[in-house]
Amino acid sequence: MTKKSSDFTESEIAARLDKIPYAKFLNIRPLLMGTELTMVMPYSDDIIGNPLLKALHGGSVSAFMEITAIVQLAIENQTVQFARPVGVNIDYLRRGRPQDTYARAVIMRQGSRVANVQVRAWQRSFDEPITVLHGHFMLARDT
Amino acid sequence: MTDTISKEERLTQLWELGPLFVSGTPHAVALGFRFVAVDIGSATLAMDYDAKLIGDTETRVMAGGVVTALLDHTSGLAAISAFEQSVPVATLDMRIDYMRAAEPGKNLIAEARCYKTTRNVAFVRAVAHDGDSDNPVASCQAVFMTTGGGWKSDKEDGPQIKRVPT
Repeated sequence: MTKKSSDFTESEIAARLDKIPYAKFLNIRPLLMGTELTMVMPYSDDIIGNPLLKALHGGSVSAFMEITAIVQLAIENQTVQFARPVGVNIDYLRRGRPQDTYARAVIMRQGSRVANVQVRAWQRSFDEPITVLHGHFMLARDT
Repeated sequence: MTDTISKEERLTQLWELGPLFVSGTPHAVALGFRFVAVDIGSATLAMDYDAKLIGDTETRVMAGGVVTALLDHTSGLAAISAFEQSVPVATLDMRIDYMRAAEPGKNLIAEARCYKTTRNVAFVRAVAHDGDSDNPVASCQAVFMTTGGGWKSDKEDGPQIKRVPT
């Protein structure tokens, strides 16, 4: 790890998010607590997948988690470009309720070209994840 | 016990359901998904390239998450279409391989096929491409479970979910 997460600021993270129009579309914003970055996807009617149950669309939660992973990689590695997902696995553990969703990414292992990242998304409590993602991301080359 | 439904009747149902499966899902509408086709155990959806769904302003490629959402939604319709009745399903898990970047400006098409169902579970494979299904942008494998009705057993009364003979 080239840089500790304590070294980056919320505005650096916001600058990364500004380069992802889709993150803006989902209204994703950063929440930096000490050295831990949590991403927030505020509730919106546009991310509903099942209107009867008012359940979030699995695709919106997955996209949110992928963005959380690539932003975490970009800030920890201090890259301008983004890593690209190669293969990801997503487990849907609980129904996403019509409320704000949080996500946090942990880089489990990083080599010279590929990183393995785990992401957890939750709503009411960190201990009750609604979705977990793990996958490999091809690192940006501008390191 | 269930009356057996003919393949023709089921197809009529599915072609009525298909467009609603997109227009009735707020997130699918927000991302601009379009219904293309459905058959027993398979489904095709598409979406236009959209600048607001870009994942990186430098490459102008649509975000991986958009492809994920399209694959998830198409796979869900394929799962539903494999059962004898249109029961709601939920995604249990999904594995996506991103083979290459989708070309900026090109529409995306997702084709999903449910290759196996049990009483409550559907196994689906899908690909997303931008015109040539032999050159996919991404592929995925997903497992869906029927929701709402609890466990379905042959011993229970009420609607039975069975695979339509093809």
